[in-house]
Amino acid sequence: MIPGSFEYHRPPTISDAVGLLVSFGDDALILAGGHSLIPMMKLRMAVPEYLIDLQDISSLKSISVEGDQITLGAMVTQAELIASSALSEKCPILQTTSLQIADPQIRNVGTIGGNVANGDPGNDMPAVMQLLDATYTLVGPNGERDVKARDFYETAYFTERADDEILTAIKFTAPAAGHGSAYEKQKRKIGDYATAAAGVVLTMADGICTSASIGLTNVADTPLWAEASAAALVGTSVDEPAIKAAMDAAKAIADPAQDSRGPREFRIHVTGIMVQRAIQQAVKNAQ
Amino acid sequence: MNEQAPISRDERVKKLEGLGSSRKRVEDVRFTQGAGNYVDDIKLDGMLFGDFVRSPYGHARIKSINTEAALAVPGVLAVITAADLKPLNLHYMPTLAGDVQAVLAEEKVLFQGQEVAFVVATDRYAAADGVELVEVDYDELPVINDAFKAMDDDAPVLREDIQDKMEGAHGTRKHHNHIFNWQEGDKEGTEKALAEADVVVEEMITYHRVHPCPLETCGSVASMDPITGKLTVWGTFQAPHVVRTVAALITDIPEHKIRIISPDIGGGFGNKVGVYPGYICSIVASIVTGKPVKWVEDRIENLMATAFARDYHMTGKLSATKDGKITGLSAHVLADHGAFDACADPTKFPAGFFHIVTGSYDIPVAHVSVDGVYTNKAPGGVAYRCSFRVTEAAYLIERMIDILARKLDMDPAEIRMKNFIKKEQFPYNSALGWEYDSGDYHTALEQALKAVNYDDLRAEQTENRAAFERGETRSLMGIGVAFFTEIVGAGPVKNCDILGLGMFDSCEIRIHPTGSATVRLGTISQGQGHATTFAQIVASEIGIPAEAITLEEGDTDTAPYGLGTYGSRSTPVAGAATAMAARKIRAKAQMIAAYMLEVHEGDLEWDIDRFQVKGNPELHKTMVEIAFAAYSLAVPGLEPGLEAVSYYDPPNMTYPFGAYISVVDIDVDTGVADVRKFYALDDCGTRINPMVIEGQIHGGLTEALAIVMGQDISYDKHGNITGGSLMDFFLPTAVETPTWETDFTVTPSPHHPIGAKGVGESPNVGGVPALSNAVHDAFAHKGLTHTQMPHDHWRVWKTAQSLGLTG
Ligand SMILES: Cc1cc2nc3c(=O)[nH]c(=O)nc-3n(C[C@H](O)[C@H](O)[C@H](O)COP(=O)(O)OP(=O)(O)OC[C@H]3O[C@@H](n4cnc5c(N)ncnc54)[C@H](O)[C@@H]3O)c2cc1C
Repeated sequence: MIPGSFEYHRPPTISDAVGLLVSFGDDALILAGGHSLIPMMKLRMAVPEYLIDLQDISSLKSISVEGDQITLGAMVTQAELIASSALSEKCPILQTTSLQIADPQIRNVGTIGGNVANGDPGNDMPAVMQLLDATYTLVGPNGERDVKARDFYETAYFTERADDEILTAIKFTAPAAGHGSAYEKQKRKIGDYATAAAGVVLTMADGICTSASIGLTNVADTPLWAEASAAALVGTSVDEPAIKAAMDAAKAIADPAQDSRGPREFRIHVTGIMVQRAIQQAVKNAQ
Repeated sequence: MNEQAPISRDERVKKLEGLGSSRKRVEDVRFTQGAGNYVDDIKLDGMLFGDFVRSPYGHARIKSINTEAALAVPGVLAVITAADLKPLNLHYMPTLAGDVQAVLAEEKVLFQGQEVAFVVATDRYAAADGVELVEVDYDELPVINDAFKAMDDDAPVLREDIQDKMEGAHGTRKHHNHIFNWQEGDKEGTEKALAEADVVVEEMITYHRVHPCPLETCGSVASMDPITGKLTVWGTFQAPHVVRTVAALITDIPEHKIRIISPDIGGGFGNKVGVYPGYICSIVASIVTGKPVKWVEDRIENLMATAFARDYHMTGKLSATKDGKITGLSAHVLADHGAFDACADPTKFPAGFFHIVTGSYDIPVAHVSVDGVYTNKAPGGVAYRCSFRVTEAAYLIERMIDILARKLDMDPAEIRMKNFIKKEQFPYNSALGWEYDSGDYHTALEQALKAVNYDDLRAEQTENRAAFERGETRSLMGIGVAFFTEIVGAGPVKNCDILGLGMFDSCEIRIHPTGSATVRLGTISQGQGHATTFAQIVASEIGIPAEAITLEEGDTDTAPYGLGTYGSRSTPVAGAATAMAARKIRAKAQMIAAYMLEVHEGDLEWDIDRFQVKGNPELHKTMVEIAFAAYSLAVPGLEPGLEAVSYYDPPNMTYPFGAYISVVDIDVDTGVADVRKFYALDDCGTRINPMVIEGQIHGGLTEALAIVMGQDISYDKHGNITGGSLMDFFLPTAVETPTWETDFTVTPSPHHPIGAKGVGESPNVGGVPALSNAVHDAFAHKGLTHTQMPHDHWRVWKTAQSLGLTG
């Protein structure tokens, strides 16, 4: 539990940070809240020679809500997401989900950018970003580009982001007013990653589901956007057969490995149950 | 000179904060302010750091060890291997169980995480860098991860070092991976009882491998003074004097030149009873380098390499008449001890006090047989918050009696009532040879059933089951009843020893001239609050306020010899020594008071904090006055001073007991078992500090919850440990912990000077069956007899699925 030695840098601007990334090459890693990276370094599963800490870059720390356009700076902490009343009004699933991340101490330091950039299928935010159809802004030596959260994750710990790029912001359109949402996560204890988790956003009109989006966490080597599962709800009254169809569609794409949370079969089963409960809760929350 | 404004007797008692007072813990002032002083807080000039190279394999032959690259790391001073220890005869060390354990692996590694080399460096970081660079070349060997396969004909030989030594510490070994067979009771009689019974239930019940996981991991700082030749070792030791004796025996340094200090200890739960390679290596490294050397393991090392607990596969057979009167019990245990037998039990008891397995019941005949085997797992086998192998025994009998109740269609509470040892049967001689000191089981269980409205709970359960059948709920309610008898306070020197050292304990009291006192004990607190509670014993015995009494433990240069703290022995043994030493003080004080008051000793009586003349309480001398007199008056025929020492050899063990009832709600779709209610009634005899007792119960129940619901140290077929980090190993937080309701009855121990029994470990012993029985009870109507712990989500779901409930 003792990391290897490294050099620590704290650049004041994004371009300085990118400059350092370029000059140090793959021996450098970005440090945000450190709550995924530092444990990996202590286990020597990550052995960066240079750490580039983003905490002095103030432009990465803002939450902006303009109309239904939401932009989250990468260095916004998970605790700040929970505290934002503008967000709780427009998009409460960010808060429901953040409250399922670790514990208050970790959320005070862990960032939204780190959570989505990390690439660990256990992280809770990526599936939510996929279901919201969020866009990540990446800044590198060749300037800025946008990547959809739905296209970002390749496999565990591998993403579309190049080593010399910084994820600076997350942008998305808030779901329609009156939508209902929920994030259901089964875990063994506080601070545990999900046995399986599901996020749902849906809108109801006159008792009929008019739109739906569903994301799944920790049931494959990437987060999953469960397109077919959500489609099974649209146009229905979200009755038992519809929910069953949504559960089955989610289970069909779940591909978890056996771990100490249980065998594959169990984790697939729980995926279905989490989808069921998240749908039921989202319907309750919808207007 | 008596006080001007006399205060009432009640006020005088209150002022003492003696027995029965919920006095606040004096330790907490420093603990809550971050001012504790733990091993890792010890910093000495020039101190070096040691770190281990550990085996990545469960079983492998070491072909070579190359230390060159490690030695090239700046700051790395030495890399110690078995080859360096062998000439000193320190490559193996004796275990408490009569086996030997490799300090550093010589030819083979026998479990994942085993110590292979010790890197010594000027700081922690350099040591860790050095560890990375030690190259060890291994040849993998077949692994035994299943105790049931350890004694197969073709099982690989694990312990080549003792391959030809078929006479073990506890008799003849019947296989190269066999450690011992130990039996107690009447085999033939039990077989006869089973054969003739109306009903017999049989079940193989595994109590899985778990780990005490104290918040502070193990560590030591060794400092050999090259000038005086004196070795000082600070360490996480639950038994400092034993460590000193063992160190003297294996190093040839005489005992008066060894000082062992246990500073503040951040929890032990048995994990810190044994002697670990890190201790030995830090000592050797200090001797070799002439500098102090610190070794502190990290969390993963603690979980994977230091002492585990349980790993008992127990086959029980319980026979009864058709109306539920138990007629006999037999138990066979296959005990998985890992790669070395480092089990921490009194030496003559290789399965600890497992023969308390008849529990709280009047069982006429019983027999137990335990076979210990070697496997490719970490060594240990400590009493994780229970007396030696008592939680295993309690789990077996408390599960078996539920299974019997189910078979006979009786209520679990009713069958217990029917079979309890009756109040008038105490002292009670059990079929397996124990003399239970005192108990009143019927009263305790009746009080418990009433407190939880047991009949209402059962009615609610009936309704819940009907609602489940109607499809109105997916949750099943389970009610767990457990009644345990602990056996603590090892123990009488005639049969309890550790490496030949009798398991007495000790106390030394010094009353200072102005009426305050310093008290030293042979035990060591690891969070139990000794400084608070032992002062209360002294306060009540000699009448000076607890706050005027300082308690010291854990330094072998100052404390009287004792066997340490584990197995709930401190109050039964050292607490008794404390009362006895205090009584010696009081006896001398009486002589001094008689002289001062110019009366005959026999004319005096003791009253709270003073000796007074019988029939004339106005004439008295307080203990404070007497203390000063002891140092200022020349009393004819008496030595000056007021001090006493007592070494207490307990005449018997003490037998705390309790009735625990829990209620769980099981979500059959997720396998989540939610503990809705937990009621714990404990009887630990005289209650010294009710608040401290309650704290002990809360902590122990939380550990029981952890064990039942998730803790699991298991190994895959390659010998890789799973669950060896806090990511997976279940350490509940406040969020996962239900509200604990506590209650009590008081049945004093007749042989203990103040009637106290131990309590620290009762909640683990009773909590595990109470929770496990509740989970089983939830499914009992569906035909479930038994399923192995832990009852974590997926296993509970599996159970529901196998009973056709998951649809
Ligand atoms: C005990 C514990 C329990 C936890 N439980 C949960 C949980 O239940 N759910 C959950 O989602 N998370 C959990 N986490 C992880 C936590 O949310 C982390 O904070 C988060 O995963 C990473 O965010 P960070 O700011 O700490 O990033 P860091 O740890 O600093 O970085 C993580 C990775 O992302 C990279 N990175 C960070 N920021 C950027 C950026 N702006 N651009 C490019 N790359 C970047 C880093 O280089 C690193 O590789 C837990 C952590 C702990 C210690």
